[in-house]
Amino acid sequence: MLEWLKQPWPWYVAGPLIGLTVPTLLILGNKSFGISSSLRHVCAACMPAKIPFFQYDWKKELWNMFFVLGIFLGGVIAAWLLSNPDPMVVHPNLQAEMAGYGITDYSGLVPNEVFNWPALLTPRGFIMMVAGGFLVGFGTRYAGGCTSGHAIMGISNLQMPSVIATCCFMVGGFIMANLILPFILSL
Amino acid sequence: MSTTNTFVQNQEPKVHDTDFEVRSLDTMCVSDTEIKEPWYGNLKYLLIGVLFGIVFVKAEIISWFRIQEMFRLQSFHMYGVIGSAIAVGMLSIFLIKKFNIKTIHGEKIEFHDKKFNKGQIYGGLLFGLGWAITGACPGPLFAQIGTGATAVVVTLLSAIAGTWVYGKFREKLPH
Repeated sequence: MLEWLKQPWPWYVAGPLIGLTVPTLLILGNKSFGISSSLRHVCAACMPAKIPFFQYDWKKELWNMFFVLGIFLGGVIAAWLLSNPDPMVVHPNLQAEMAGYGITDYSGLVPNEVFNWPALLTPRGFIMMVAGGFLVGFGTRYAGGCTSGHAIMGISNLQMPSVIATCCFMVGGFIMANLILPFILSL
Repeated sequence: MSTTNTFVQNQEPKVHDTDFEVRSLDTMCVSDTEIKEPWYGNLKYLLIGVLFGIVFVKAEIISWFRIQEMFRLQSFHMYGVIGSAIAVGMLSIFLIKKFNIKTIHGEKIEFHDKKFNKGQIYGGLLFGLGWAITGACPGPLFAQIGTGATAVVVTLLSAIAGTWVYGKFREKLPH
């Protein structure tokens, strides 16, 4: 059993489990599934700076902070007790492409050559961590949600704006991964 | 005069209809319950978060490499995950509405319609660019840090900064 749990889980196990989060949160307490708003609650709690967008009772949304703290702890537990001893298996074409950028370590879930502290001082690391993170935070709030709030919760509730947002997420991702990222990774 | 957290609930925003004033556009993470629970009631959301985080890691959804495969059409994995999550979510919401299922506290479950605004396009594209760079949407950032990729803390702080800058300049941005 434990050996089986340590293997990578297939999509048809993980996807439905993630989908079940939607009714679970609704039935437990009328909460709409979504994660990116936690970033807004942090802003509202720590540095509202009289900005109207951050003037609301964030304490009412504390559940969301507990939820993301749980996601963090889930990461700790999975890495500690259930970690897969083997390196990740990726598509051979991706592996060949990454080798060209000096990325050959598949022991972690993020490429250790890119996402590490010393790399922050390199142009590649700075763009990937600082600029990338900024786009995630700015873009999700501008769009009014992320993969969870729009793609999963919004589309599940048959919301056209969420379909549009999700299509734009994908378009942005395709442009970056295929046209811009190769340049950034070779810096 | 007071500089502490005074919540100006009824401050009139210049940009209407994009956020919680019309809650439908930003309902994610907004709690609809009127019931005031003690703080430890939140522990159940912590537990769900833990399970959710474990799934994130074990299905390699938080893997930068899986995201790269998705955007290069090299793997079905992420499409399968997101697609089946939507299918289960859709069926659940359909059943909740059809049978008028209540919360465990007996409250009616609320849904909100989202309104279209151009932010979903501009913001969506910007988030898509960031998603392919970092290999993570906001949820996976927390899980990546949990698995020991501590430098991702910088990505998370930068994402919080991005959210703050959006809030600051929101009224000047096209919506």
